[in-house]
Amino acid sequence: MDRPVYSEAGSAKGLSLLPAPPAHPPLVEGQHPSHGLASLFSSWRRGTFQRGVHPAPHKGTLDQPIKRMPFPRKLVLPLAQHIGKPSVPLVAVGEEVARGQLIARADGALSAPIHAPADGVIEAITPRPNTRGAWTDAIVLRVYEASTQEVRCGEPLDLDALDHTQLIAAIQQIGMVGLGGAAFPSHAKLNVPADKQVHTLIVNGCECEPYLTCDYKLMREWPAELLAGIRIALRASGATRAIIGVEDNKLDAMAAIRPHLSADGSITLQAVATKYPQGAEKMLIKSLLGLDVPNGGLPSQLGLVVHNVGTLALLGRLLPRGQGLIERVVTLAGPGIKKPGDYWIPFGTTLRSILDWAGDPDCKEREVILGGPMMGQAASTLDIPVSKGTSGILVFDKRMLEPITKQSWACIHCSECVNACPMGLNPSQLGMLSAKLEFDEMAEHYHLGDCFECGCCSYVCPSHIPLVQQFRAAKAFLRERKPT
Amino acid sequence: MQLRASPHLHSGRDVPTIMRHVVYALLPVCAFSIWQYGLSSLALIVTVTLSCLFAERLSNKLSGTVNTLSDWSATITGVLLALTLPPAFPLWMGAVAGLTAVWLGKSLFGGLGHNPFNPALVGRAFVQAAFPTAITTWAPAFAPQRFTEFIPSSLTLPLMQPNDISAWVAANMVDGFTGATPLARWKFEQFVYPVEDMITGAASASTGETSALLLVVCGLYLIARKFMDWRIPVAVVGSALLLALAFRLFGGDEYPPVHLVLLSGGLMLGALFMATDMATSPVSPRAVWAYGAIIGTVTILIRYFGGLTEGVMYAILFGNALAPLLDKYLQPKVFGAHKK
Repeated sequence: MDRPVYSEAGSAKGLSLLPAPPAHPPLVEGQHPSHGLASLFSSWRRGTFQRGVHPAPHKGTLDQPIKRMPFPRKLVLPLAQHIGKPSVPLVAVGEEVARGQLIARADGALSAPIHAPADGVIEAITPRPNTRGAWTDAIVLRVYEASTQEVRCGEPLDLDALDHTQLIAAIQQIGMVGLGGAAFPSHAKLNVPADKQVHTLIVNGCECEPYLTCDYKLMREWPAELLAGIRIALRASGATRAIIGVEDNKLDAMAAIRPHLSADGSITLQAVATKYPQGAEKMLIKSLLGLDVPNGGLPSQLGLVVHNVGTLALLGRLLPRGQGLIERVVTLAGPGIKKPGDYWIPFGTTLRSILDWAGDPDCKEREVILGGPMMGQAASTLDIPVSKGTSGILVFDKRMLEPITKQSWACIHCSECVNACPMGLNPSQLGMLSAKLEFDEMAEHYHLGDCFECGCCSYVCPSHIPLVQQFRAAKAFLRERKPT
Repeated sequence: MQLRASPHLHSGRDVPTIMRHVVYALLPVCAFSIWQYGLSSLALIVTVTLSCLFAERLSNKLSGTVNTLSDWSATITGVLLALTLPPAFPLWMGAVAGLTAVWLGKSLFGGLGHNPFNPALVGRAFVQAAFPTAITTWAPAFAPQRFTEFIPSSLTLPLMQPNDISAWVAANMVDGFTGATPLARWKFEQFVYPVEDMITGAASASTGETSALLLVVCGLYLIARKFMDWRIPVAVVGSALLLALAFRLFGGDEYPPVHLVLLSGGLMLGALFMATDMATSPVSPRAVWAYGAIIGTVTILIRYFGGLTEGVMYAILFGNALAPLLDKYLQPKVFGAHKK
């Protein structure tokens, strides 16, 4: 085994903000020596962060297992499903492909390949709407009606025989990207630069967005794969310990994971408060370790790397088999969905085929949301396909949208937004500045750049002012102006 | 297909809901004052509220904006203003106070949310300057005929001097009534009012100021429902209490006892319902604490060292004026900010 070994002293080097890593991480579930009152007290002290909001969970199908959706007739696979350079197609129009076959290769280090999600024939390589609704190059695959669910491509890998470079390359070859929503190529995140040290892997099992249950179900059904994925990620990143952070309303998931934890205590499970946006990287780090990621900084500055449970569960499942990432668990929910639940949906399945199968045709004036209701994007067309970053598809109807759009008032300085902003900003002031188009003032004196657009301010605003929406516009304006 | 930018959920709370609950919380206070002062109090509350609603609607018409009566803020202004006026206040003067409150205090600045000063207090300050005698003429509570006849001054003809009420006061004499508030009696006679009179409402005072206990209960309702920022009343009352204690301990008997300071005058009404006015108080947590402490401190300074017996109104107006500055210099602490 060629895994890089870091000394304790080395892992803390250059991390002035971080005290030496604690020998025993605090509040370790399942590992904690239980002595009466102390353990009772620790159960109250769930890790948390300041402010945030408590939207109703709306997690309706928790008791159902993950199911499969039938293959649609056609799959549309955008070449840019991830952050970084788009993939390069390896197939020609008219070519037959098998489920799991590599059909587009990664273009450089910050890119990911694409595998065929079903048996079929390549119909076209042409611009199609991607997840954001923009038309970009995509591979259109006509699915054979008899396409099997079985994956016959891919050679099992002996992970222990791989050195660090080979391991990173293997993770890239299966097309793994962050499934939490950002779709950042996983191998790039795990490949810590030589001048940086990562000592702790944070595993994000919060799933704080209302409605979404896909991560919860993966934790419950695939704990062994999740732990396998964590061990791979530990090796790849060089971290010496992993902490799985799960919101304390997901006790089933925690119970499912606990028997799989390592005996040596290098992987621990920790409950954190159920509060939105607990799943935001900075908030989770604050809740688990009590550390503030410096503003404008990354978790790696503190020697941390954060991965989503869904990513690691699939990594642990696919990498040992050498299979590509071709489908994911997607939550279908909302009043406009007739068959709510969590489904394995192959990439490239369009919203239209999903709604034809699971949607409510009577739902009028619907809004289709990709992701969670707090940060997800509304789809502009039903031709948008499910891609690697799609965690949920929610269909809201008119009744749910009315309260927000019916009427708005002037800011009454109620300070609810200030008391909700997890970043400690002043959304009220930012909102007034943005109404006056004072974007520079917002960035220079009111920390606009620290806003990560969680939407808590707009969620609580009793005047129904679109706060975060204006901040997004302000940031876009400043970004576009920058190069000139 | 509908297209909206996230978030696609909302807490469901809106401005009218908040304002409506403030009105609900004030209803018991109104009921108590009607029980104490009878018809005059009822008529005063109704008149002032209606004049505020009229002023608001007329402003809407003149400026061509939507009807803002439905946001309930003019109702709050009216009810709060009525509660700060003496029960024997002539109704026509109450109407003037209401019109001034809404026009000068709010509409002139662009309506709800844009006003720098608490409209009810602007109205009150105006009539205090305009009608100095009427606003310091106090009537006894629990007069036997209070539910069948008005206090004579209430029905003064518009633009006339208030009717003399000395004959009515003599006829409705209640034990211990002197026509002066507890704070005035301390200031001029060094008389210490008994605590129980100040809690049960027997002391002479403005319509809604008489029962500190009731005000606290109503305030707690708003705090429990999260319609009120608890930090403001805590900071106002806390700073006033600390200062009063310090003066009493180190300054000796020439300063009033602490209970007199806390239970009398508009302190409770002001701390709970006036200083907490959202539009005119700061938003940043540190600014909120500073704002409350300034109001409490200025109240004590006016009462102890100023010519007035009562200081809450001007203290809150002073705090309102400082609120934007406090917000500017005491911004919230940003997550992950570099420590200097």
